Amino acid sequence: MVSAPRRYSAAFSPEIIAEIERAADGGLYQIRGFGTLRPLPSFDDLVLLGASISRYPLEGYRERCATDVTLGTRFAKKPIELKIPITIAGMSFGALGASAKRALGRGASAAGTSTTTGDGGMSEEERAESKILIYQVLPSRYGFDPAHLRACEGIEIVVGQGAKPGGGGMLLGHKITERVAGMRTLPAGIDQRSACRHPDWTGPDDLTIKITELREATDWEKPVFVKIGSARPRYDVQLAVKAGADVVVLDGMQGGTGATQEVFIEHAGIPTLPALRQAVEALEELGMHRKVQLVISGGIRSGADVAKALAMGADAVSIGTAALVALGCNRAIHVEDYAALGTAPGACHHCHTGRCPVGITTQDPVLENRLDVAEGARRVRNFLTVLTMEAQTLARACGKSHLHNLEPEDLAALTVEAAAMAGVPLAGTDWIPGRNGY
Amino acid sequence: MIEVDLAQSSVRALNQRLHRIGPGDDQRHWRVVNPNGAHAIAVGLTAPLHVEIRGHVGYYCAGMNAAATVVVDGHAGTGLAENIMSGSVRVHGNAAQSAAASGRGGLVVINGDASARCGISMKGVAIVVGGSVGHMSAFMGQSGALVVCGDAGDDLGDSLYEADIFVAGKVASLGADCEEKEMTAADIDHVATLLGRAQIAADARRFRRYGSARRLYNFHIDHAAEY
Repeated sequence: MVSAPRRYSAAFSPEIIAEIERAADGGLYQIRGFGTLRPLPSFDDLVLLGASISRYPLEGYRERCATDVTLGTRFAKKPIELKIPITIAGMSFGALGASAKRALGRGASAAGTSTTTGDGGMSEEERAESKILIYQVLPSRYGFDPAHLRACEGIEIVVGQGAKPGGGGMLLGHKITERVAGMRTLPAGIDQRSACRHPDWTGPDDLTIKITELREATDWEKPVFVKIGSARPRYDVQLAVKAGADVVVLDGMQGGTGATQEVFIEHAGIPTLPALRQAVEALEELGMHRKVQLVISGGIRSGADVAKALAMGADAVSIGTAALVALGCNRAIHVEDYAALGTAPGACHHCHTGRCPVGITTQDPVLENRLDVAEGARRVRNFLTVLTMEAQTLARACGKSHLHNLEPEDLAALTVEAAAMAGVPLAGTDWIPGRNGY
Repeated sequence: MIEVDLAQSSVRALNQRLHRIGPGDDQRHWRVVNPNGAHAIAVGLTAPLHVEIRGHVGYYCAGMNAAATVVVDGHAGTGLAENIMSGSVRVHGNAAQSAAASGRGGLVVINGDASARCGISMKGVAIVVGGSVGHMSAFMGQSGALVVCGDAGDDLGDSLYEADIFVAGKVASLGADCEEKEMTAADIDHVATLLGRAQIAADARRFRRYGSARRLYNFHIDHAAEY
């Protein structure tokens, strides 16, 4: 007798059933790190159109393709000059250990780019290692110190992030060590809830005045970035520009986090692809494209992603998760410790537990010692360099002598959805869904 | 005494002059006239200056203050002395919302009333309000003391951490996880000391103390309704 194959419900898949059981048993929503796990439209759905007869390419290893970018040219006396258009995104000391912050700073500096602080303030390690450090002004203001504001190269007002637009940060109690607690003026061991709104301003008019205050406190020297999560980028980008931002940092839905509710990561915000297009259109409407620089983040993993993001109109990209993976996140070492967390290398998103097997997202000194700072810095520098070389390879093939010369005309989409979201033609057609009445 | 007329000079020029004063300089006493509600006056000070402002100020007056003494002879807009680190800031009139927000040290004195969210996210600052405070005051207060000689609005101390709140008058309602605590002799001494530093005459024994019930410090389903 032939047995019938098992049939599973599409609506109530084994994963959904397991999650319902977990919620019913524990009475708490799922909290985790990393970013979205489900497939989303992304830069993978775009291709670059290399040169042939109608365009001519640059020689791959001989002709120059410049990569430098200046951020903060609008108002700041001292704009930030980067050798590559790839920066390290804000990640908190607390979510990350000191060794990880140190390695990121050293690696980024060797590659000629910047790093960014995070919730919880500026650690001595990252200041010492980062030649160019962006200091975040977050809703929580944990550890906010005007001396650090003066000691940084740029200021980033964080309104939101892609993993949780509209939500505040979260750091569970087992990562709140005495040092982290001290920096944040909080009791050790509590589940720390960062505010989702700033304590001293509400809305774009207030933000204008807040930016002015920060400029006044630093004598108008430093560029002011405004970071937003991708929910309504057309409006939010224009309001940030109106408020006086030098740079807008837009974090797409694929952006990572150290810890937040799963429902937030998977169900809030829009993917990086449409967010970037809307942001560029918003800047163009104001006549501010390239005058206010646009940094895009959320799911950047390769030089191809970098090239496509710049072709769509970004001035630079920012990486977080990819930089941690370069450091060793999800690497197949200490496999038994992954197993103890109920996971395995390649599938770990347990940053929230503080038990990071490779010593990156932990405050445990034993685990943290597993991260060799010098080796980590070397890997980060290498990765940033490879991203840059890959982007240059594609740009030269498109005939561009600077990464910023890439343009939407160099792109085609592989799916109707990506064509609509990115605003580039479906490959093999002139059709951009939503344009010209179609 | 150096006098700066903001009808003739810009806030930017004033702040840059104040920032440039070094340890060896003797230009310690400043008077600012005609502020006319301008924003960001005397922000980011780092030297032990005495800055007297004759008139009303806008947003963020004395923001991020360290070491300086700033006195406003008028009313203050939103975010007075936000993130103050040390020194003192006094307003003879009223202060708008978010006074002393996220302040980490020093003393902020408001002789009149303070509006909503006074002391929001406070992290060590001492705040003394001669009058009343608006709703959500000391919201998410982490450390420090808020002393209110008048009444407090709704949701006082919502989501409070370890800041202490002392109120002499009525409290409209307490916020999530805020509860009344015993007022000990040490607390009375503490309030009396702060009132003395603030030069506000009030009987410390009249105050009641409020603090965190600490029920929301770790996530638990039984406390979900508190949020």
